[in-house]
Amino acid sequence: MYDLIGLVVLLPLVGAALNGLLGWQVKNEKTIGMVGSGTVGISFILAVLIFIEMLGREAFDRIVVVEYFQWIVAGGLDTSFAYQVDQLSIVMTLVVTGVGFLIHVYSIGYMQGDPGFWRYFAYLNLFIFAMLNLVLADNFLLLFLGWEGVGLCSYLLIGFWYTKKFTGDAAKKAFIVNRVGDFGFLIGMFLIFITFGTLKFEPIFAQASVMVVGEPVIFWITLMLFVGAVGKSAQIPLFVWLPDAMAGPTPVSALIHAATMVTAGVYMVARSATLYALAPLTLEIVAVIGLLTAVMAATIAITQNDIKKVLAYSTVSQLGFMFLALGVGAFWVGIFHVYTHAFFKALLFLGSGAVIHAMHHEQDIQKMGGLKKYMPKTYITFLIGAIAIAGIPPLAGFFSKDEILAYVWHDGSVVLWFFAALTAGLTAFYMFRLMSLTFWSKPRFNEERIHPHEAPATMTIPLIILAVLSIVGGWVGIPKALGGGLAVKQFLAPVFERADRIMALPEHGVHTIDYFLIIISVVIAAAGIYLAITWYLKKPEVPRTLANRFSGVYKVLSNKYYVDELYDAAIVNPIERGSRKMLWRGVDVGLIDGIVNGIAKVIAVISKYGRLVQVGVVQGYAVVFVFGIVFIIFWLLFR
Amino acid sequence: MFENNLLTYLIFSPLLGAFILLFFNRTSHNAMRWVALLSTLFTFVLALLLFFRFNSSVAGFQFYQEVSWIETIDVAYRVGVDGISLLLVMLTAFIMPISVLASWSGIKHRVKEYFVFLLLLEVGMIGVFLALDMFLFYIFWEAMLIPMYFIIGVWGGKERIYAAVKFFLFTMVGSLLMLVAIIWIGVYASQTIGHFTADLLVLYDISPTISLTLQSWMFLAFALSFLIKVPIFPLHTWLPDAHVEAPTAGSVILAGVLLKMGTYGLIRFCLPLFPAATYEFMPIISILAVIGIIYGALVAMVQTDVKKLIAYSSVSHLGFIVLGIFALNEEAMQGSIIHMVSHGLSTGALFLLVGMIYERRRTRLIVDFGGIAKVMPVFAAFFLFITLSSIGLPGLNGFVGEFLILLGAFQSQALDSYWYAVFAATGVILAAVYMLWMYQRVMLGELENPDNKKLLDINPREIITLVPIAVFVIWIGIYPATFLDKTEASGQRLLEQVERGRMMHRAAQAEGVSEEDVFGPEQSSYPENRTR
Repeated sequence: MYDLIGLVVLLPLVGAALNGLLGWQVKNEKTIGMVGSGTVGISFILAVLIFIEMLGREAFDRIVVVEYFQWIVAGGLDTSFAYQVDQLSIVMTLVVTGVGFLIHVYSIGYMQGDPGFWRYFAYLNLFIFAMLNLVLADNFLLLFLGWEGVGLCSYLLIGFWYTKKFTGDAAKKAFIVNRVGDFGFLIGMFLIFITFGTLKFEPIFAQASVMVVGEPVIFWITLMLFVGAVGKSAQIPLFVWLPDAMAGPTPVSALIHAATMVTAGVYMVARSATLYALAPLTLEIVAVIGLLTAVMAATIAITQNDIKKVLAYSTVSQLGFMFLALGVGAFWVGIFHVYTHAFFKALLFLGSGAVIHAMHHEQDIQKMGGLKKYMPKTYITFLIGAIAIAGIPPLAGFFSKDEILAYVWHDGSVVLWFFAALTAGLTAFYMFRLMSLTFWSKPRFNEERIHPHEAPATMTIPLIILAVLSIVGGWVGIPKALGGGLAVKQFLAPVFERADRIMALPEHGVHTIDYFLIIISVVIAAAGIYLAITWYLKKPEVPRTLANRFSGVYKVLSNKYYVDELYDAAIVNPIERGSRKMLWRGVDVGLIDGIVNGIAKVIAVISKYGRLVQVGVVQGYAVVFVFGIVFIIFWLLFR
Repeated sequence: MFENNLLTYLIFSPLLGAFILLFFNRTSHNAMRWVALLSTLFTFVLALLLFFRFNSSVAGFQFYQEVSWIETIDVAYRVGVDGISLLLVMLTAFIMPISVLASWSGIKHRVKEYFVFLLLLEVGMIGVFLALDMFLFYIFWEAMLIPMYFIIGVWGGKERIYAAVKFFLFTMVGSLLMLVAIIWIGVYASQTIGHFTADLLVLYDISPTISLTLQSWMFLAFALSFLIKVPIFPLHTWLPDAHVEAPTAGSVILAGVLLKMGTYGLIRFCLPLFPAATYEFMPIISILAVIGIIYGALVAMVQTDVKKLIAYSSVSHLGFIVLGIFALNEEAMQGSIIHMVSHGLSTGALFLLVGMIYERRRTRLIVDFGGIAKVMPVFAAFFLFITLSSIGLPGLNGFVGEFLILLGAFQSQALDSYWYAVFAATGVILAAVYMLWMYQRVMLGELENPDNKKLLDINPREIITLVPIAVFVIWIGIYPATFLDKTEASGQRLLEQVERGRMMHRAAQAEGVSEEDVFGPEQSSYPENRTR
């Protein structure tokens, strides 16, 4: 079955090619939708079969590299289209194809009647293809192909409704900010190549596993790769593109900007765990950046009124959590949170899509309310998603978040833990603020004009499946303190074995503190929920008063800390103005062309007067002739 | 027999078409277009034959041919091909039929002269890449200037005379210095072997021992000529003008092939003839290349004319290529060569696309557009595809060269610093900025300008000009081995030659020690069928 991995990757490309090249002639949306979802669905089934086969193998025998053909080979560089199937990549593949399939199906309903229907599915399939390259590559360069490929699809899909200016702006911003990160990724790859002489994972990590901790070059490699991750996974200081990316269709936000693509940075760091384990300083940076991002984004989320923006900042915040996990060396937990987050965040986004759909493209939650009775299926599934992300047991989010908090407590520091726990509380708060304003409370829209309706089955069925997964998805990671076996940790262990050996984190037994931590995290979540419900349902004047009293803080938060404005003023505008006024007008046109044309002018002037000598008037020549003779005679006589 | 003359057939085959064109009535435009197309296609077929008969494992020159010419000064018709020139000849032969197609409806007056010039230009370009005699090279180099001058000057835009003269003068300054150097080096050779020679392969063995001071002057004379052609910052200002004023096919050829003659010249002449001087000037040229990468990108970003934007992007891309050449290692050298091809394809295609919209709207100003994707979806799709190829998206052609160049420059022992590659890599970010911003302003957004509302999407002929390029964009991106294989041996040989030349130079300075004693028998660049 392992050999079929190429087919898993290729099928979505076939779908993209079919829809992209022929789709515009196909009038029937069903055919396009079937091709689009079907190819991803088959990929998923194949991935499941591979996964089953993997489970049947011994742990050491589970990693297989399937090589297809050479890619860039020159000098010492030798890279191929080769896919590495192992525990880590198969988990990612299952998430990408599984959640991807559901979102494809959902899109059939959501995108109904859109003139770009075929184009949409072509892009979406292309995305799956690129993402699979990213997670399955056996070398950094092929990973980078997927990395840029998903960036491209993100660009195409954010700007899908291209006639609006802001979608174009958002798409461009996403691509360029990601490119800034990619710059780091490239430098990281160069450093890897000069250090290890290859870009293939296994040889690199095998060599790295015998290196000593704290080598400067490893620090730089990991730091530069992390710069790439910061771009793709929207962390400080490159997170600014993700909220804007919500300009794309909502299923895209669910798939690309919540469940899969944005977790690529987490995957990449986890994949390079061996290198990161050798660079404790980078890990600290990762943890701090992750936590800062989590806190910052969560505080912004509590002030946003656009339903998708709330979820977008929530995603940034959750990604921060994942990096926090990686930063304290809990690589498997980072991946575990990627996996649970994929379910509930996709669910929440798709749910929000159903809401937006029902509200005739209204996204402002201040203009919603009381949607519970209009769309019960969406309501129930959304509620499940909200509980899951808030971290209430036994839903999926609880288990992964609890592991993160536990690891931060044990291997990070109390300060980190405190802020992480606080952010968990904020998460619960802003989610239930969203719940209250959207589904509960009184309708604040004109019920005469807008009649919200439940979404069609193609949309609700994926919601229901994702809701189920958001409940049971975490059960593979029930902690020992609660009598679980941490199956996911055992499964992923071989991938992180080298890193674990280098870091030599102590194996935590079950202590009283663990029960205490679990209780605290549940209490914090519950407190957040309680606060949100009381404030936004029972005492709506409280948040208003608070916003007024702390208007300065509120303004900063609701304006997203003015980061965009800062970048514009400090980077974008000076570069643009400098290029126009100084480089182009100044250097190019003024200086260089000035010199060139100046030389031409000088020559022209010389010629202008020089040619007066030869005007063709014989008398003139005669005068010069006479003067010349006189001069020569004088010179001969009186020298 | 056929194989022996293949290169000659290749070089002069366009003359046949030009000759046939002379007999046509000047009003039968369509027939002349077809003759030009068939002629360029015929040349392309010959180039394909060459490609398939080329032996990738041979490092030296193949299909070598020598016909005596001016015997007293040992000037001869000497042609040969190695992996490096092979790809550039392929590129030229590939671009030409596309250029003819691109001129199909745009060129309406003096059609006959136009196509004759185009075909003469092809002779000059292929000749430049295949000549292995200094004089022959110089003649082709100059010969190709003249048709280009007329193509810009006669069929160009409003400021065409200014642009044509600027182009001519810039290039002339360089070539005159080169002529001096060619004579100079020939005279130097006569001190060693007893007679003047223009035989490049003989000079390869002689010139590295020239004293550093003299080498530096000769290097500069050659390099200036080539660097103007590239063009490298700050010698680039003729390019935007020439591009903007040239007709579409002129721009395509200019960007696709002519600029590569500069980088090719560096590889073929400057590096192997003057290895010691190469090392002397490497830092300054590499710095200029890196400045060019960033500067070109920044200036491209703020252009108001699409064609000028693409012209400045060429300055940026060619900066990469020059950097790769002077990194002097295999990765970067291979990267530079493949990037020459890639840039020719991508930028050529961009000029084609701009030409298509210009023919419809008679403007190239970005502000005049916006929302074009709505009325010209197929056009928009091609434009986006080529844009992505130009900004180096992995999986498409641009990435392969860029990555190899940066990787090579990063680990280059010759450059001996990371910083060249680090600064150059910022070009990757900037490329996305200027291209996507331009794309957004031209293609996306609301269709507001009423003049744009009735634009027709591209027609089948226009699609035919783009599809072959698109195929190679993907081919090079996914399976570059087809092309990298061809350049591997030759690239390696060239680097060894430079290294060996440097050693020879040192030995010659030390004097008294025989070269053979120190370095063992030489690995020759001579073709097998040639006796020394």
